[in-house]
Amino acid sequence: MDILVILQAGVASGTVLLFATLGEILSERSGVMNLGVEGMMLVGAMSAYSIAVHLGNPWLGLVVAMLFAGIISQIHAFITITLHADQVVSGLALTFVGTGLSLVLGEGLNKAGTVALLPTLSIPLLEHIPVIGDIFFKNHSIMVYIGYLFIPLTWYFINKTRPGMHLKAVGEFPAAADSQGIKVYRLRYLYVFIGGMLAGLAGGTISLAISPGWFSELTTGGQGWIAVGLVIFAQWNPIRAAAGSYIFGALRRLVLDIQGPTMLLGFANPFFYNPYLGFFLQMIPYAFTIVVLVIGSQEAMRKRIGAPAALGEPYVRGERGK
Amino acid sequence: MTELSVKPGKKSFFPYRIGLEPRMAQVSSWLPASLSLGAVVVALMIGALILALGGGNPWATYAHIARASFGSLGVLSDTLVKATPLIFIGLACSLAFRMRMWNIGAEGQFYMGAFGASAIVLLPVLPAEAPRWQFLILMAISGMFFGAIWGSLPGLLKAKFNVNEVISTLMLNYIAIAFCNFFIFNVWSEGGFQMSPKFPKNSWLPRLTDYASTVPEFAGLTTHAGFILAVLAAVVVWFILHRSKWGYEIRLVGDNKRAAEYAGIRISRNIVFVMMLSGALAGLAGMSEISGVVHRFQGAISPGYGFTGIIVAWLAKLNPYAVIPVSILFGALILAGREIQPSGIPKMIQGIILVCLIASDFFLRYRVRIRKQVEA
Repeated sequence: MDILVILQAGVASGTVLLFATLGEILSERSGVMNLGVEGMMLVGAMSAYSIAVHLGNPWLGLVVAMLFAGIISQIHAFITITLHADQVVSGLALTFVGTGLSLVLGEGLNKAGTVALLPTLSIPLLEHIPVIGDIFFKNHSIMVYIGYLFIPLTWYFINKTRPGMHLKAVGEFPAAADSQGIKVYRLRYLYVFIGGMLAGLAGGTISLAISPGWFSELTTGGQGWIAVGLVIFAQWNPIRAAAGSYIFGALRRLVLDIQGPTMLLGFANPFFYNPYLGFFLQMIPYAFTIVVLVIGSQEAMRKRIGAPAALGEPYVRGERGK
Repeated sequence: MTELSVKPGKKSFFPYRIGLEPRMAQVSSWLPASLSLGAVVVALMIGALILALGGGNPWATYAHIARASFGSLGVLSDTLVKATPLIFIGLACSLAFRMRMWNIGAEGQFYMGAFGASAIVLLPVLPAEAPRWQFLILMAISGMFFGAIWGSLPGLLKAKFNVNEVISTLMLNYIAIAFCNFFIFNVWSEGGFQMSPKFPKNSWLPRLTDYASTVPEFAGLTTHAGFILAVLAAVVVWFILHRSKWGYEIRLVGDNKRAAEYAGIRISRNIVFVMMLSGALAGLAGMSEISGVVHRFQGAISPGYGFTGIIVAWLAKLNPYAVIPVSILFGALILAGREIQPSGIPKMIQGIILVCLIASDFFLRYRVRIRKQVEA
């Protein structure tokens, strides 16, 4: 159990959560909560892997994954934005559809042979920085580095650009945004689509880079839901989302590695001598999600920063604003 | 009056335009039911389209589902067996959803209920030769107790810390399954197999086939007393929701939280209690499945009952009585779905049904008028 290895693996598997969380942040910032992340990730993971198997090009796989998940997300967009339906139920429905669809289309995929995966590389110069270089810049999948780029870009886009301001306006006070000539419906559709594409990217990152393969529902193992929880912890802020994602990634790896050594903190390692206790280790990421939610909700209440004001509210043009 | 924004109203490219009016008057009672039916039909057609695109024969698949679930007395009985946990969980979800508490954790509460019921036999709390009524009552209480604990946890978190219950209930699903697996694989494992020893017959819920000596037609029918229990539970939940003061509070909080608050209703307390009862119902589903069907504690006892129950509740429009026929329908889908390849098809059809249902609600809230475009 090497702490460097755990952190390095944490950054890698945290990248999956990072993409999904950033996508959900964009969608929620526009006022649409999409609980279908898990389903969209599965669709993305399945289609990326499928394309890579059949056409041999992982990059094309990623593109298809993003498009497919984005298209699926538009079901949710139509139901909640145009038909004003409840976002919670619709998001759940999207998860069912996405899961079912990926199981149907991914049938038999796990038996496919070896696949061209996304390349792994180290960043010159940066990889030689002690500790930091080992954790962040050495022998990672290219997706990890793309993830690094996404963090400041998303932050900058939301907080410093005009479209970002429009995005926030639509999520905070759609009636006011509408009166300023911002197309509320169109923007919400757009950001749900982008959120879906990022969830698809997260799925493709799993199946083509982080833990390659298609293992039906176990491919994501609830990471889509963890991402939805991380958004609350992150308080809709990409920087905090990144921190949360990487910590979670490290935790997932720690839980696996803790069963290895015979001694733990100077005591006989109970998880080594009774592997069944590993079931309790399996609970940790999920329990930690709940803890993180409690922390996030408490902090949000104290600082009076919270969800985008119009989150979960359908916008009906011509009705009185709230 | 609102105009659907997707139609370009300015240009008279379309000679007609679609106008939408919010419905003000109470809709007639046949509308929701027929809309739901229409939604299911549309969903099945979409499912057929996807099956056809995938190279399958959708009509053969659907005919197969119908035959494999209602075709004979034997399979009908099996359908009822599958419907039993769905009724309990559909009720659990209806109750919570009525207050707009999104309990997605019925799956975990189901497993905890199964654990609680099994603990009575396996610890053992009762000796193996104890009378059946003692076993069944204790198992039901224990199952409900563990389900209630599992349900009240997210309720407490919501009431105390304002934690989003969708995510907390979902995370507790994973935790409950891991918890049960520990006992299945390790503590109660029978000779290293991933299941507990078989329960003594005294702890089984009576099945129809048990009475085959008096009524020969019952031979081989697996429908168990849990089904009757589930129907009774539906009556109880209906009375709670529609005839009790507490039910009134639940519905008021669900319809208008702020009004309920001003009316002096203690929302936090209601959240915890509703989640507790919801969890108890799901836990009872676990007990009935363990005691009525599986007769031992093992993994994979649920083909996603906890999630199908959500759709059941929604299709039943949160009406406890409607939960029963809807559960039978979905029980059929689950039963027949086991033999259908690829295995994701039933899940996909369930998802599409839910999507169409939510979409159809739109017509309950708005009246669609198609008007001739008037040149401005």
